[in-house]
Order: sequence, then C-alpha cells, then structure tokens
Amino acid sequence: MVAELSGGVSLLAIDRHLLHDLEGGASLRRVADRGLKVHNPELTFSVPDHAVATHPTRRADSTPNSSRLLREMKEGSEASGITYFDLGSEGQGIVHVIGPELGLSQPGMTIVCGDSHTCTHGGLGALAFGIGATEIMHVLATQTLRQTKPRTMRVRLDGKLAPGVAAKDVILATIGQVGTGAGRGHAVEFAGSTVRAMSVEQRLTVCNLSIELGAKIGMIAPDDTAVEYLAGRAYAPDGEMFDRACVHWRALPTDDNARFDAEHVIDATMIAPQITWGTSPQDVIAVDQRIPDPARETDPQRRQAMEAALAYMGLKPGDAIEGTPVDRVFVGSCTNGRLSDIRDAARIVAGRKVAPNVRAWVVPGSEATQRAAEREGLDKIFLSAGFEWRKAGCSMCAGINGDTVAPGQRSVSTTNRNFVGRQGPNARTHLASPAMAAAAAIAGHIADARKLG
Amino acid sequence: MQKFTAVTGIAAPLMKANIDTDVIIPAKCLVGHRRDQLGAFCFEAYRYRPDRSEIPDFVLNQSRYRDAQVLVTGENFGCGSSRESAVWALAGIGMRCVIAPGFGDIFFNNAFQNGMLLIRLPKEQVEQLAAELESAATSTVTVDLQKQIIALPSGVQISFEVDAERRQALLEGRDEIGMTLTRDAEIRAFQQRDRDVRPWVYQTLPRTKLAT
Repeated sequence: MVAELSGGVSLLAIDRHLLHDLEGGASLRRVADRGLKVHNPELTFSVPDHAVATHPTRRADSTPNSSRLLREMKEGSEASGITYFDLGSEGQGIVHVIGPELGLSQPGMTIVCGDSHTCTHGGLGALAFGIGATEIMHVLATQTLRQTKPRTMRVRLDGKLAPGVAAKDVILATIGQVGTGAGRGHAVEFAGSTVRAMSVEQRLTVCNLSIELGAKIGMIAPDDTAVEYLAGRAYAPDGEMFDRACVHWRALPTDDNARFDAEHVIDATMIAPQITWGTSPQDVIAVDQRIPDPARETDPQRRQAMEAALAYMGLKPGDAIEGTPVDRVFVGSCTNGRLSDIRDAARIVAGRKVAPNVRAWVVPGSEATQRAAEREGLDKIFLSAGFEWRKAGCSMCAGINGDTVAPGQRSVSTTNRNFVGRQGPNARTHLASPAMAAAAAIAGHIADARKLG
Repeated sequence: MQKFTAVTGIAAPLMKANIDTDVIIPAKCLVGHRRDQLGAFCFEAYRYRPDRSEIPDFVLNQSRYRDAQVLVTGENFGCGSSRESAVWALAGIGMRCVIAPGFGDIFFNNAFQNGMLLIRLPKEQVEQLAAELESAATSTVTVDLQKQIIALPSGVQISFEVDAERRQALLEGRDEIGMTLTRDAEIRAFQQRDRDVRPWVYQTLPRTKLAT
C-alpha cells in the first residue's frame, strides 16, 4: 500500500497489470491521448484472447473485431515497452490461464486486469481482481489503484470429494448453497481440507468463480502445492531469488485465530456432479436431481425469476435434468481450459464417439496448454471421437469472436456464466465440469459423467 | 468526469434481482461502437424482440418511464463482467442514478468513475419505493447528493448513506488520475523500498525465451 487516503480509501500499488484485446489497445490509446506515459511497462503484460478466432488456421485478421483490436494492442504495447504475447507464441492464451502458467502470477501479488475473472489468480494466493476501463487507465498511468478495503469472508470446504466430483462441482455447489450475491463487498478465502488437497489448477477453477459468488476477490493460501507449481516457470523467480520469494510466500497465510466478517462451512463430501438449469450460476442442481418448481418458492421476486429462467431455458419444473438433449458442448475458458481439465474430459471421451446431434469443441486455454495436451496425444482422442480441437482463446465464453451458440440451441459448457444471451442471443447454457461436458457430448444429452467414467 | 449534485427526473421500477452486465449490454456490442452509441443496446434482450420491435411490457418501453433518469431495481444489480460499457450504456439511455439493495462490486466502482450515483437501500425500502412509483400519479423523484435525500412523489423523503470519499468525488466531478499523479513521488518511493523487500516482483524478464 502506497498511502492511506481519506475516507477509508487506500492507494494500492499494483504488481501485475494484465491487458487483453477488448480493452488493452483502446486503454493504451486513451493514456497516450491524455499525454501520459505507462508508469511501469515492465509490470504490464498484454495478450489477445477475447476477440480472437479459434479455428485451427486462424490469424490475427480472421475476424473483423480481432483484426483491428489486435493491431491496436500490439502497436500500443510495443510503443510503450509492454510485453505482448502474440498469436502463435507459447505465451498466448486466455489471460487468466497464461498468468499462472507463465509464473507471472505469484503469491501475495496485487494483480489486476480489465476482466472480472481476474479473481482466478487468487488460486495461487494473489490478491487479484477485475477492474473497469477507467481503472485500467488509472493503473497504466500510475501503477496504483484507489480501493476501499473489502470485508472478509471465509468459505470452509472440508472432507474428501466423492469419485467423479471436480473442482467445478465444488464451486458451483457452493454458489448454489450460499447464493450469487453472498460474497458482494467481500474478499473470499477458500479454506479447509478439500481445498488443501486440490492441485493449483483446481484451485484456479474454484477462485475463478468467486465473482459468481459476488466477490471480486477470491483466494487460497499459498502452500507447498503452490510453491511447487511455480518452480521452474518462465517468469517465476529463479535460484536464490526463488528461495527468498518462498520465505515471503510462506508467511502470507491467514493466522489461525483470524476472524472473518462472514463465514460459510460446506461439507464437500456431499457434493455430486453439478449442472445449472437457469440463467444465474446459483440456479444449480446435482445431475441426478429434478428441475426445481417455482410454485414451491415463497418469495414472489425469486419465483418470477425462476419462471423467466425456465422459460428462457425451455425446461419444465419437475423433469429430470439428466436426458435433456443438447446441441453444443464446449470444453475450455479461463474456468476449465487447463491441461488437467482437458485430461478430465479426455478420460470420458477416449474410445467413444460424439453423438450425431452434438457439435463438440475443445478450446485449450493457452497455446502452451494445447502443445502440452498434444504431446500427450489428447488431441487425437478428441479428434477421433468427433470433437473439434481448436486454438487458444475465450471462444464460446465471450460471445464476441464469432464462436457462439445459435438462438434456441442448448449447450453444456465448462464456462462460468449461464446469463441470458451470454453465448449468443437466446442461447441456452448449462454450466458443468469438463467431465460432465464430455459426457453430454457422448450421450447427446445431459448425462451423469460418473456413469461413463 | 460529469458532476452529480442533484437530479430531478422520472424513476423507473425494474424489480428483478441479479441483473447482470451481459443483460445491461451484450458482449457483441462491446466492439465497434463509441461509448455514446451504447444506449441503443442497453437491456437489448428485455427491450427488443429479435426483429428489433419493442417489447411493450418492458418498463423502459412504457411512455411513463421512457425518459427515466433513475432506475429502481433488485438485489445484486450489475453483477458479472467488469465491462464499464454497462455504465456507459445506462448513461446512454439517460440514467444518472440507480437505487438497489446491492450492486456488483466492479460495476459499483465503474459507475462512480462516470458520474453515476448508486444508492444502496434496504430491500424492503426499495420495494416500497418501486410500489409507490407504480401507484403514484407521477413518478418524478429528486435525488439530492448534497443533502443525501431522495424526495418521492408523495413528498416523503428517504435519506441515504454514501461513502464520503465517493460523494465528494461526484460532487466535484473529480479526475482521480490527475489526483493520484500528484502523489507520484510517493508512488516511486514506495516502489524503491519494495524493490529491496520483494525484488522478484520487479524482475520480469523470462528466464528462457518462450517458444514460438
């Protein structure tokens, strides 16, 4: 923290500022137009992800949007001395996948990006949050932000997960239990034995959906798992400097006697594979449950919202959700586009075929993830099953790069938002884990991945 | 930034919880439009059928509320994506103030950066306010940030709390970048000290060149 300003506002120093193609180029231009310079270009990194095409032969100019945005961001980055991870390089990918993967994101850092899923980086113990366009300019020009200290919330997840239950199921079930607004105004720490047993990639998935819990910050205390993950990564410290950093990182975890403004305790042993049925991430049930009935809801506003969601989704209360026919399956995004996610999906797909009524895609979260998966032969598993194996980007999560779900079509998607119109006008999105998405592709309808495992 | 002192205008009730920023402005509209053009797409899925004809039931399509400058809405308004375009789109249809039980955190910051006042009131109070707007002869209210009061058509006044720092910034139409830059010596001194404590944060060259 640089300074305590009046009214509980702090001037917070920013350690990493990540730019993506939607706001990156325009923000750099706005700063230059004001006659200002980028304060710390060496702490700023830019990468195209939102607007890029993902078909295997894509180029920077493959879509009208990407053509202009990528040129503007590349030129702006180069003019300011900012590292730009271009298409085709191992650094390119979804900003929240490459940050951890390259070792740019580290415990204790303040990390910001003009994207609400910046909370993802909290999986490594960073204080990371999404910002808007004006705040992006503020960071570019000053390397600081004016922020009010959030309240604190702890979500304790305890117990061993049942077989076939993924990190995505854990966080969706949590949102279903506590509600999509519960974390508002809070920084959330995910703790407990379930979280401690998770890999970093699983933790990134959990923290990714903090914003769907209402919290712009989610984090998990750094431990041996986090330290081991960072060792040897391209932008992580090296040698003696790594050891020095480790001493600092290990001192970061919350004190045992810390008190939180709010606390939720969740028995993770009871969590089953989840699937959303509505248009908010909190509209979620276990795959073997029935679609809820708004008539049983006592709050009139909530009842209306449920009715509207079911009408939009084309679902009937009381029906089993399992067996609902699907048109599209998407494995990817900053939520579930990492190597372990792709492996989870591949385990279900191996030796099987995509149902004839489904168009199924895998979009690796980064170029490096794609290459690592190809070294394991995962691409061949998907391709021979009838999946498309595409290039890294936000793809069907962003609705802005040409990868969309057609009106009225139903998708099972490993993304983070089932909002109205998110995957395209009138697209019907069911959020689920990579294994559940893969199972839907094979079965042709919403299916319980445990039965195919 | 545009100042906010007091606004007298129509208030429209849109009592739905969790209205997300994708609903306020769809992603497909984020590219290729200037900020001042985004109003045309605000609440697109609520306002228009696929053929662009208006959905008459939607509150902002009703003649009584068409020129609203104040939106009265449900819990967790502006949740979801960090897109500041959501604020620009609301400003584009003339909104200056939104009243709700709560707001998405990032949207909250973004609004105040653009001269838009967000007021948090208890849920029951917001619901009463919405009901009064629908039943009163007129739905004109005055939102006075100076006095921190909302004056209703009935003459009833509701007082509201707002963070002192944000209030002052709106009243003055502050330029925060300019203000922070006056502290640049402090920022640089902090970074200098921090380089000694956490040198690895500032060493940002890759140990090996990334493969292309």
